[in-house]
This record gives sequence, C-alpha cells and structure tokens, in this order.
Amino acid sequence: MSVLAMPRLRVPSPLALGGTLLAVIVAATLVGIFVTPYDPTAFSVRVRLQPPSLLHPFGTDEFGRDVLSRVLAGGHLSLATGFGAMLISLFVGVPLGLIAAFHRGIVQEVIMRAVDLLIALPPVLLGLLVLAVTPPGLGKTIAAVGLVYIPILVRLTRAVALGLLEEDFVQAARARGEGAIPILWHEILPNAWPPIIVECGLRVTFAILLGSALSFLGLGPQPPASEWGLMIAEGRDFLTQAPWVCLAPGLCLCVLLVSVNLVGEGLREKLDPQLRGRAHG
Amino acid sequence: MHMAAFLLKRIAGLLGVLLGMSVLIFGIVHILPGNVAYAILGEFASPAAIATLEAKLGLNDPLPVQYWRWLSAMLQGDFGMSLVMSRPAAPLIAEALGRSALLAGFSFALIAAGGIALGLYAATHHGRTSDKVLTLAQFVLIAVPEFFWAILAVLFFASWMNLLPATGYAPMSSGVASWAAHLVLPVMVLSFGLVAHVSRLTRSSMLEVLDSRYVLAARARGLPEGRVLWRHALPNALLPAITVLAIDAGLLIGGIVVVETVFAYPGLGRLLVFAIERHDLPLLQVGMMVVTAVYAVANLIAELLYAMLNPRIRVAGATA
Repeated sequence: MSVLAMPRLRVPSPLALGGTLLAVIVAATLVGIFVTPYDPTAFSVRVRLQPPSLLHPFGTDEFGRDVLSRVLAGGHLSLATGFGAMLISLFVGVPLGLIAAFHRGIVQEVIMRAVDLLIALPPVLLGLLVLAVTPPGLGKTIAAVGLVYIPILVRLTRAVALGLLEEDFVQAARARGEGAIPILWHEILPNAWPPIIVECGLRVTFAILLGSALSFLGLGPQPPASEWGLMIAEGRDFLTQAPWVCLAPGLCLCVLLVSVNLVGEGLREKLDPQLRGRAHG
Repeated sequence: MHMAAFLLKRIAGLLGVLLGMSVLIFGIVHILPGNVAYAILGEFASPAAIATLEAKLGLNDPLPVQYWRWLSAMLQGDFGMSLVMSRPAAPLIAEALGRSALLAGFSFALIAAGGIALGLYAATHHGRTSDKVLTLAQFVLIAVPEFFWAILAVLFFASWMNLLPATGYAPMSSGVASWAAHLVLPVMVLSFGLVAHVSRLTRSSMLEVLDSRYVLAARARGLPEGRVLWRHALPNALLPAITVLAIDAGLLIGGIVVVETVFAYPGLGRLLVFAIERHDLPLLQVGMMVVTAVYAVANLIAELLYAMLNPRIRVAGATA
C-alpha cells in the first residue's frame, strides 16, 4: 500500500486520517490562544527576519516576532471562520429550505428568488461587498462568508425535503392532522440529515478558503492579529529575503484544508447513499 | 420554437437578477450613514462643507430617488465619477475589464482544455499509477488557496529562477515577449486549482459513461475503441463538465480578484479592491454591477450550451 494510493484505498480511512490531523491542529491552535513559545506580538529588533533555527523553528518576521508563535496564536481564527460560517449557513439555510419546501406559493417564491439573487454574485464579491462598507473584523468575515453559503444550503435542504414530503410516512403524519412544525421537525429533518452533513463538510473547506482569501485582501482580522491569510499578505514584502514568513502560515493553511477535506470525503463515503450504492454495484 | 421561448425566458430572468442586484448593491452601499461626502472631503472637513457637498450631490434626497437617479443614469451609459481619481468611471472600468478578460480568457481556455484532457486520460487509464497520482494531485491542488499558489509561483519563478517578472502588466506596445511574460504567472495560478476541479469531474463522469449499457452495446457491435470513446462516450461525459465549467466561471472571477491583487495586475478585480480600500463608493457600485452582469451572461451562455449539447433537450425541442 503506497502512500500515493491513500485517498482511494482508504488505508487508513480518510475520516480517521483527516480526523486525527484536524484534532491535532485544533488542539495546537486552542493551546496557542493562551500559550506560545514566545509572545506572538512582541517586537524584537535584534532578531529581525531570522531564518528557521532551533530557537525559532519557523524563523522570525520583519519585527523580530517568532513566526511559530504567531502561527499557533492565529490558527483559531481560520478555524473559527470555517466552522462559524458553516454554522451560520446551516442554522439559517436549513430552516429556510424546510419552510420553502413546505409552504409552496408566495413564501417559497420570496425565499427562492432571494436565493437566486445571492447566488448570482460570485462568492468573493458578495464577501467583498459586505465587508467593503463596514470596518473589517473577524465577526464580520464570518458573517459575510456564512451569508455566501446560505443559498446553497437552502437549495439543498429544499430539494431533499421536497423528495421526503412525497413519502408515505409524511403523508401519514399529514393525515393524522399534524402541523407544519412537528412534521418538519420529527418526520423530515431526521431523514434529511445525511446530505446536509456532507454539504456542511464541504462548506467548511470552502469557508476556510474564502475567509483566508478575504483576510489576505485585508478584509478580515486586523493587525497585530496573526490570521494565516493576513500573515501571508504581510510577509509578501519580504518574500525574497525571508520566504519562511509566508511559507509557514501557508503550509499550515494547506495542511488544515487537506485535513478538513479528508474528513469531508470520509463523511460523504459514510453517509451518501448514492456513493454507497455505487461502491457495492 | 421551443428554443426561442427558452431563450426569452432566460433573458428575462437575467434582467430580473440584474435589477435585483442593483437594488442589493445600492442598498448595502447606502445603508451606512452619509459617508460619501465624508469620503470626498476627508476626515478634517467642517460639518458645513459636508452639508454643502451633500446637497450638491443630492445625498439628502430619499434613497429611492437616489437609487432611481443612479439606475437611470447607468441605463443611459453614464457610469458616474470615481471619487478618488476624479475621472469618469466608465473608461476606467472598460480598460480594467479588458485586461481582466485577457487573463480570464487565457485561464478559461487552459482550464477547459487541460481539465478535460487530464480527466479523460485518468479515466481511460483507470486504476494505474498515473490515475492514482492524478487523483492525489487533484486532492492536494484543490486544498491550496490561490493566493498561496501565487506566493509559491512568485518565489520559484521570479525570485529563485529569475525567469519571469513577479508583478505588473506590460502593454502590447512594449513588446509581445514582455506582454506575454507578465501574463504567464497569473494565468498559471488562476488555472491550477480549477484544472484539478474540472479533470476530477470529467474523470468520474467518463468512468460512469464507460460503464453504461450503450457503451457496452457499442463495444459489442465491434466498433473500434477509439470510435467508442470519441463518438459514444465523450459527448455524454462532457455534459457535467460544462456545468462545472460554468460554476468555475464564478470561482474564476473570485480568483481574479485575489490573483490581480497579488500580481499587481491592473484589472477589474484590483480596481474593486482599490475602490474598497479608498472608499470610492460610486466606482465600487458600478464595478460590482459590471462584474455581476459578466457573471450572469457567462452563466446564461453555459446554460444554452448545455441545452444545445444535451440530446434529450435537443430532441424534445425538435419534436415539439
């Protein structure tokens, strides 16, 4: 079993591999909020732009700040963007999708036309537009990225729920005279979860990508925060002399994205009935 | 007949989306308290000066009146003035749009050709080492943000190898070689991740088609493998790829914003980021409208292409 075959042969399973990696990253960045080898914001003129060494494994930046400490201290910002935005689109998108599926007519029209409108703007631009007119910050980045992905979850949830509404057990509940909320909550939602969870896994990856891109453009957390996208943007001016200032947060970002992606793929293999069927047939 | 009705309906939908988007863009920009005058005059302006300017620019009128003035001017081809540069916005945007289109056109051609070719190769060599390498490469490529690709590309090709210019844009008049050299890195970075995306999808849809009964039937009739692949399998396998290319057009527009910023390439994406940084709201508004329109038209083209290539829709149209 070569390393190359890993994603397809599932040895170890993507879920286990990605989950372990992700757990390590989450643990390291959570600890990093409180404890880092050096103070991530302390200037130290004598050790400006030092290459990686035993004292500074990832080197130092233009202010003599320890890059490893900054990476550790800033990681939770990327994680918060990814998971926070996913949760926003989940908690807004799923109820809207359910309502749109249940109330045909004017309510559905309004919701779905709003969704069409939001989807008509490329994701980065929708984020830019929201962040353009207000001073940037972590909370606003999360909200903007979450807003971008709400339409996708509305459409998905509605499609799944429309299929389920035709099922016998839902018709039975209707015949019993149950109201909209009990039907949606007890009959539809428990059966609609698998594709929604799979989509959420994907959304976390895309949200981290989009969030880091926005903060690379200066529309995320502001200095001296060490969000990884922002660190890369700041390190650009010294790219030739001190590439490690960009490379360290960049590679960490890639490892984070690969691990979230692996977890997403793993979830899909476990939960997506279509994929499962194909694997057997 | 069917096709014409379909087309009319889609164009009406497109106009609806653009109208809705103009409300959304205008709304978001103007929800904040009158900062246009503030943005022109700077933070040390006296309240009296701000009030005079607001009156002059019509900023005290009710929002719907302002919106209507903006929209009707835009429909008549008047795109307003850039506040920061004190120049009409239309030529600024047209110039930047042209340069962005250059970037997008080259990238899109590379994505479509490279993605489909790689995907077909992987599908027809299913299970071999090359297929596995490609699958892993796609997996990694998708997980690397564009701006990090850009950094790596600049580091490798500009700083270390000294092969290509790191940033900027050279007009055609300064020589074709220089012009092309400035385009190579941005196009490469823009295409990387999306080539992976398209090839991954082409591969899986081709595998599915190769597994289908009509391909089995074609082979059973003893048709040469090349004919089976090109005439029977490929057209069907390409349908999902076209849908994905349309989605990717959106990602490409997003990528352009980031890539133009990294490479200091004077296109529309960089102009928008500039407008945001300098609070040039009139420029931002029309710039956003132009990008939205381009994106909507690209989506419409993809949908028409899909309808034309899809035999089921085509046949339905012919018989009706």
